Amino acid sequence: MSTRNIDEAPRSTAEASGGDLVVTGVSKRYGGVPALSDVSLMITPGTVHALVGENGAGKSTLGKIISGVISPDEGSMSLGGVPLSFRSPREAMAHGIVTIVQELAIVPGLTVAENVYLGVEVSTAGFVRRRESRRQFRELAKKVGFDLSPDWRASTLSIADQQKVEIMRALSRNASIVVMDEPTAALSGNETKALHEIIRSLAREGKSVILISHFLSEVLALADVITTLRDGQLIRTVDAKDATEESLIEGMLGHSLTTAFPEKVVAQDDKDVVLEVEHLQAPGVNDCSFVLHAGEILGVAGLVGAGRSELARAIFRDAKVTGGTVRLKGEELGGHSPSRSIRRGLVFIPESRKEMGLLIGRSVKENISLSRLDLVSRMGWIAGIRERRKVGDLMKTVNVRAASMRMPVSMLSGGNQQKLLFARSVMCSPSVLIADEPTRGVDVGSKRAIYDLLTEMAESGMGVVVISSDLEEVLGLAHRVLVMRHGRIITELSGERINEQAVLAAAFAEPTTEGSVSS
Amino acid sequence: MNVRVETEETLEVESSNAGRFRLGAFRLLGSWRLAGIGIPFAVLFVVLCVWSAPFHSTTNLINILDQQAATLAIAAAGTLVLVAGGLDLSVGAIYGLTTVVSGNLAEHHSPWIAIGVTLLVGLGVGLVNGAIVAYLKINPLIATLAMSFVIGGVALKVSGGNLIVLSQNSGFYKFANAQFWSIPSAVWIVFVFVVILALVLSRTTFGRYVVASGGNAEAARLAGVRVNQIRIITYALSGLAAGLGGVIDTSRLLSAQANSGGSGLTFLVLAGIVVGGTSIAGGEGSVPRTAIGVLFIALIYNGMYLLNFNVLYQPIVLGVILLAAVGLDVWARKRRG
Repeated sequence: MSTRNIDEAPRSTAEASGGDLVVTGVSKRYGGVPALSDVSLMITPGTVHALVGENGAGKSTLGKIISGVISPDEGSMSLGGVPLSFRSPREAMAHGIVTIVQELAIVPGLTVAENVYLGVEVSTAGFVRRRESRRQFRELAKKVGFDLSPDWRASTLSIADQQKVEIMRALSRNASIVVMDEPTAALSGNETKALHEIIRSLAREGKSVILISHFLSEVLALADVITTLRDGQLIRTVDAKDATEESLIEGMLGHSLTTAFPEKVVAQDDKDVVLEVEHLQAPGVNDCSFVLHAGEILGVAGLVGAGRSELARAIFRDAKVTGGTVRLKGEELGGHSPSRSIRRGLVFIPESRKEMGLLIGRSVKENISLSRLDLVSRMGWIAGIRERRKVGDLMKTVNVRAASMRMPVSMLSGGNQQKLLFARSVMCSPSVLIADEPTRGVDVGSKRAIYDLLTEMAESGMGVVVISSDLEEVLGLAHRVLVMRHGRIITELSGERINEQAVLAAAFAEPTTEGSVSS
Repeated sequence: MNVRVETEETLEVESSNAGRFRLGAFRLLGSWRLAGIGIPFAVLFVVLCVWSAPFHSTTNLINILDQQAATLAIAAAGTLVLVAGGLDLSVGAIYGLTTVVSGNLAEHHSPWIAIGVTLLVGLGVGLVNGAIVAYLKINPLIATLAMSFVIGGVALKVSGGNLIVLSQNSGFYKFANAQFWSIPSAVWIVFVFVVILALVLSRTTFGRYVVASGGNAEAARLAGVRVNQIRIITYALSGLAAGLGGVIDTSRLLSAQANSGGSGLTFLVLAGIVVGGTSIAGGEGSVPRTAIGVLFIALIYNGMYLLNFNVLYQPIVLGVILLAAVGLDVWARKRRG
């Protein structure tokens, strides 16, 4: 296997730092939705090439295509003039292209050296030559300047050190191109600095680094070339010298409006406050305060990992709350059980409906009535007719399209599954609804239906919180917008001040300044 | 605008047609699950009737039910534990403990005290199991395995390692051996117990929560189901059922021994549940199918005995059937995707 690959791409090509990696006209669709269309770029050895864009702009998809994780529907790639087509990351690795993903692939029970040489152990007749592999490890560590002992157990390492292990693994495979997807998202200030130094040294050694990052300041500091993507299309590739934070944000903005939004009914500030969050502290949530009025839709924007879902789960009392208060209609919401929150009138539609929302093998009926079985039962016995009638009404209200309520939810489309969760929420007749990514993986038609539902629920007097990575959605629906970053609410925007520029500027602001402010 | 609406409607018609087709397939698979154990059971029953004259005598059939009474009760409750996403490997030990407890009490106290206290002991041990699994977050396999050693030790202490033998004249004997329409009360009691559990699982809010907890605990919790509480109750029911089995068999056989249940009974119960088509992964299952599964195994043992097969072959046949049952389950899941 490996020998054949080496034959196909002679070592000399890869070793002479590869030559240029050329991507031509690459497209990728997910279930009819284009994630990447007709993207072409060239990555030259010895450079750091950054990919920037909003959530869902196609950066990670492009990174995955280059590293062989997914294969493109159209388009081609070549390395130093030799055409490439990968069926697996392993094949990409054989050509010197290695990825360091957001979710690190470290085996916690093994030592650092064992992790680095995992799969390519230095061995004789199946026995690992430990001394030899340790020697090779030290050599490599010296070359890249990492202070890691080969015998440390991987589980005891900090995230930054784990990332170093990943990088050494990449280098031990003679990588000429390293793809890094959000490498600093999980790192502290010092660790980030260390990683930046590593990226620079990789480039100095003549390797190429493809850097996918949300942090514009980081991109501007490290990259030689910056490619901006928006809605799966390449907007432009520029020299980092010619780019500024403003020009990059501008490049990520201004996409065509694909969905119409229901008309915003202006909510009055004098309406009752239904939810009051004060100085809330929880894992991933840092001192958050806001109020929500009846009939209002409050949007929560921010990058992935900014703490939006964590905030929702803390309010819902699903996460451990370490400080602060949540008041629902004036009464403090204590305890730590979702079932209690639901009974008090707060419902939550979680972000991933398959993992956290649905009983995927069970029927539409069972899924809808689950939260409020007490409404259709007497002394614990379910009244079949009453349940079917109630569920039938709810399906009509939210327009769930299913051949039968006895059908398992796994057979419904994503949009209908999501509407089903709304039916469950409506059945709870809550005073506050928190919807996390309510239209993720939903087709355009159902999106509009869900927007209508959210608007109707607000009009009926509920307070609605919509958390979304789709900026357009937040802007189109919300009366007020909170922007989060690093677990904090950075900005609150309302009325005329709600625009993409303002939200993005807050969301993308430099991470290190923020760190120094908080500490 | 018009164009968009039109495409949406065409899409809807297409998808609902596909839905209807797939729904039909699903219904077939659902009933197929019942057929998966029901048909082999019926075939085996007919074959044994033809092959062996003593088999279909009323005495033999009632005997089978009488002997399986304890196993049926324990397996019915065990189904709920499994559906809720748990596993109870301590039922054999609880059964052993409750036989000696009821034996000891029946020697000196009124039968009702013996029965009542024993059932409470079973329930209590089950509650402890549930609390350990739910609150200490110990894997149910390990937690109930460890508990089975503890319970087994306590049972030996209670009985002093002795075989307890009771006299036939006591009222305690009548508990399992009174005859109604020439069927012993043990069978009636277990019949009622199994029917109640079947209804609890399929018709009550608690049953729904059991299914939800095993199907997707996280989703169930976020939908407001108190998953921990639900799981603890299933373990408590399992303990209660083991206690019921223990009392019934002590009364039936008028003897009790600390190690009478053990891992043999535990695994037989588990085999019955799995042969009945309840998934070991949780989230689905049925008490009536478990009952058929337990009786299926009993028929095989009884048939092999009547047809003079060497008893050594019994466990081998059981093992093969178990593999076939689980294999079918895996295959059905794959088919459904």
